Amino acid sequence: MKIQILGPGCAKCTKLMDTATTAAKELGLDCEIEKISDLNQIMGFGVMMTPGLVVDGEVKSVGKVPSLEEMKKMLQ
Amino acid sequence: MSAMQSGCGCSCGSGDAGPKVIFSCSGCADVGELADQTARKLTRDGAGKMACLAGISGRVSGIVKSTEAAQSILAIDGCPLDCTRKTLEITGFSKVNHLRFERCMAARQRQVVAVRPVVVGRRPICRRRWDTPQKSWPLFRMEPI
Repeated sequence: MKIQILGPGCAKCTKLMDTATTAAKELGLDCEIEKISDLNQIMGFGVMMTPGLVVDGEVKSVGKVPSLEEMKKMLQ
Repeated sequence: MSAMQSGCGCSCGSGDAGPKVIFSCSGCADVGELADQTARKLTRDGAGKMACLAGISGRVSGIVKSTEAAQSILAIDGCPLDCTRKTLEITGFSKVNHLRFERCMAARQRQVVAVRPVVVGRRPICRRRWDTPQKSWPLFRMEPI
């Protein structure tokens, strides 16, 4: 599984990264987490606001930091 | 949309308010092109962000999720077929501000490749007949390029 965090690196983007990492660990997922901060790459997903969460190429969340439980549901 | 947090340049600090998203039909008739030009102009003027309607039809996850996070949605249609509004409604976006050119500008739908607005005169703005016209707005005619 590939998880991509879209955002230039502000507080919410960092929090999303932490939440995704925690959720993946708790679920015992074998995944690669990548941080994307290049705006052109972010726009390439069709995302118009950050932070964004992409799981295996599909955008799951935009403009908010999901709770840990929501994150687990998105990753399962 | 333009609010920032920690000066990082992203839209994370905008609180619960996402961007105002604008969709246009961008159809092949002249009113479709006018709708497209209007959406682009509104984006340039900072009134919102234009997004691809095809991304909604094609269920492109990034565009659909961005639209879900939008503060408001504006659908601009050229003709009474209302393709933009209907496409958004089919995808589940029911709260849409709708603008149709044929209704508000008495524009005629013609099948041309490309058009441009040409100012053909000005019409005075007066609320009552006895008011002295202070301002005027331009009258356009669409001409093929």
